[in-house]
Amino acid sequence: MNERECDLLIVGGGAAGCVAAVEAREQAQDLDVVVMEKAHVYRSGCLAAGISAINAFLHEGETPESFLRYVVRDTHGVVRDDLTLTMAAELNAQVRRIEDWGLPIPKDERGRPLRRGRASIKIFGERLKPILGKRAEASGATILNRVNATALAIGDDGRVAGVFGFSTRTGEMLLVRAKCVLICTGGAAGLYRPSNPGVASHRMWYSPFNTGAGLSMGIRGGAEMTSFEFRFIPLRIKDAVAPTGEIAQWLGAQQINARGEPYLEKYYQRLGGRSMTTQDRLYATLLEKRAGRGPCYLDLRGVNPRRLEGTIASYLSMAPSSAMIMSDEAYYARTGGEMAPVEITGGEPHVVGGHGLSGYWIDPQRRTSLPGLWAAGDVAGGSPKKYASGAWAEAVIAVRDMIEAARAVDRSPIDAAQIEAERRRVQRPLREPGSVPPRELEERLQKVMDEYAGGIGQHYAYAEGELALARLHLERIEAEVGALTASTPFELMQCHDVVDRITVARQLVEHMSHRKETRWHCYQERLDFPERDDTRWRVFVNSIRSADGAVRMVERPVERAQIDVQLPPLADGAVIRRRRNRRPSARANSRVPKAPG
Amino acid sequence: MGIFVDEERCNRCGTADEPMCVRDCPGDLMFIKENGKAAIVDNRECWDCAACVKVCPTQAITMQLPTSLVVRGVQLRGRAMKHKTEWRIRLRDGEVKGYETPSTGKPPFVPSL
Repeated sequence: MNERECDLLIVGGGAAGCVAAVEAREQAQDLDVVVMEKAHVYRSGCLAAGISAINAFLHEGETPESFLRYVVRDTHGVVRDDLTLTMAAELNAQVRRIEDWGLPIPKDERGRPLRRGRASIKIFGERLKPILGKRAEASGATILNRVNATALAIGDDGRVAGVFGFSTRTGEMLLVRAKCVLICTGGAAGLYRPSNPGVASHRMWYSPFNTGAGLSMGIRGGAEMTSFEFRFIPLRIKDAVAPTGEIAQWLGAQQINARGEPYLEKYYQRLGGRSMTTQDRLYATLLEKRAGRGPCYLDLRGVNPRRLEGTIASYLSMAPSSAMIMSDEAYYARTGGEMAPVEITGGEPHVVGGHGLSGYWIDPQRRTSLPGLWAAGDVAGGSPKKYASGAWAEAVIAVRDMIEAARAVDRSPIDAAQIEAERRRVQRPLREPGSVPPRELEERLQKVMDEYAGGIGQHYAYAEGELALARLHLERIEAEVGALTASTPFELMQCHDVVDRITVARQLVEHMSHRKETRWHCYQERLDFPERDDTRWRVFVNSIRSADGAVRMVERPVERAQIDVQLPPLADGAVIRRRRNRRPSARANSRVPKAPG
Repeated sequence: MGIFVDEERCNRCGTADEPMCVRDCPGDLMFIKENGKAAIVDNRECWDCAACVKVCPTQAITMQLPTSLVVRGVQLRGRAMKHKTEWRIRLRDGEVKGYETPSTGKPPFVPSL
């Protein structure tokens, strides 16, 4: 096994990892910093195609407290106020920093970034990942591209003392010993059967190469995890899997049902707000379908064609295939064809802490429950709606604490038996090939999760009976891991991708089973407990897996900072039934087109 | 889905080192075949991020939409320059439409809503 030593080890060279490397080198020239990256930092992770907006930013007049109020309301009260406040306080400084590095951010005449939503600004982010990656390279940190992390190495004193990985090119094992480790490997895609079948199955919202490796490493290492049951499910443009925000926020297109009626307001008017929570926008779309008023669409009638062309350019910087579809459809419509309407629907569920709540349970310094291990970005839980800029903020907060810690400790020794056991575990599919290709096991995992753990096919809903079957089948799937086979280092990576997904999926099912209420429609939708229960369940559901594989569930209280937030009532089916007879008129048909910008 | 390499144009970046599409694919899906031309391991694995399309110095790579989802024949080419990326989308009947996206440095003026 190849070995190397460093002071700070950053696992994952994505949004959080690149900024962490730069921050560490700027704040502590004397520390040796290593970044372990599965692909290449120039285009790895979920920013590979780019992004066209920063969705966590404090506009003029907003404060960390007002941002927190927005997040608390959106997550129906279960959120870590300490994490959200400390993250929000860093947001704008980090956005300015990346702008200094070369990210183009358009401004209005007063020099303010262009507002796209409550906490969202427009950017030209096609080159964002190379901008971050090149800065990380230039920082003096050592970047180890093509190393797939597989496990935490635990030192003799019980601290996390390094990370194991293997080269995705040669298959060789590597152990990086470190004083402090930051994990920022992203969330988990590919747990559920995806929206599109076969050859298009990787046409999904989140990066299919984010396999939950960092979550799996933490679970196996006995780290406390939180809120996996808060799955994130994106509302997408169907088939293209394009983000709806670009059209809904930037072009002002409304969500309409098959009758042409805007349907969101009939929910939120009753709720007394001006907008809906993220999950209720998806839930309302499902309810419209169930009530026979689907499919649902984004209303592009009346949108200025020149602005539409601008949207296509935006999509090129973020979801290029969606730009291809939209450009082709717009052209077809101009030349006399009938443009396919922009249908919207939910995608597959993900475990991702940048959008949702799920991930490592961390303290305000971003320390995990394992000494020597910090977490930031999509892998860290408790603080939703942080997105890319929140990942930068968390990385910076973690690194500041890690620098202090690294100066106070030595690298602890790692027992040789542990090293040998991990080498054998990781290399087994290559050295002693079995009979099961990784894709077969992945398809079985996705089938079980879809059918028994609230996938797209079940309209995201589940009850204890299904979860019991999910648990049974996942156990059997995990028993097949020993039969995985690989003939190349690339296939070895695919084997470990599916192993990590299985580990995350098993933990997810335990979380889903433990929370016996429905707090977040679609994200966490129990058919056997359809109501929200604030007296019993306004808590975090956490889990710790012990060495023998048993999972212990722990509940942690929600500790509210001094803010006053009125939670929205759940948008339940009753809302629809009550309003059905009262609003026959289709306002959309008489809607005045937006003035060209 | 996926990525198609025009072998007439691909010169593996004129280098013996790692070509840029092989370097940049976030799924590590690109490789150099025995004939010295770039190829994708399996188009089913492709995320459609177009990283390889943009970075290719000879514009040898096109991205095409899977016929299992949409109409056939739509293709994307791109070219990353210092401050912008140029794009060409070939539409279903062969018409080509060009776009430009700013990528680094001073942003262009965008009217607010």
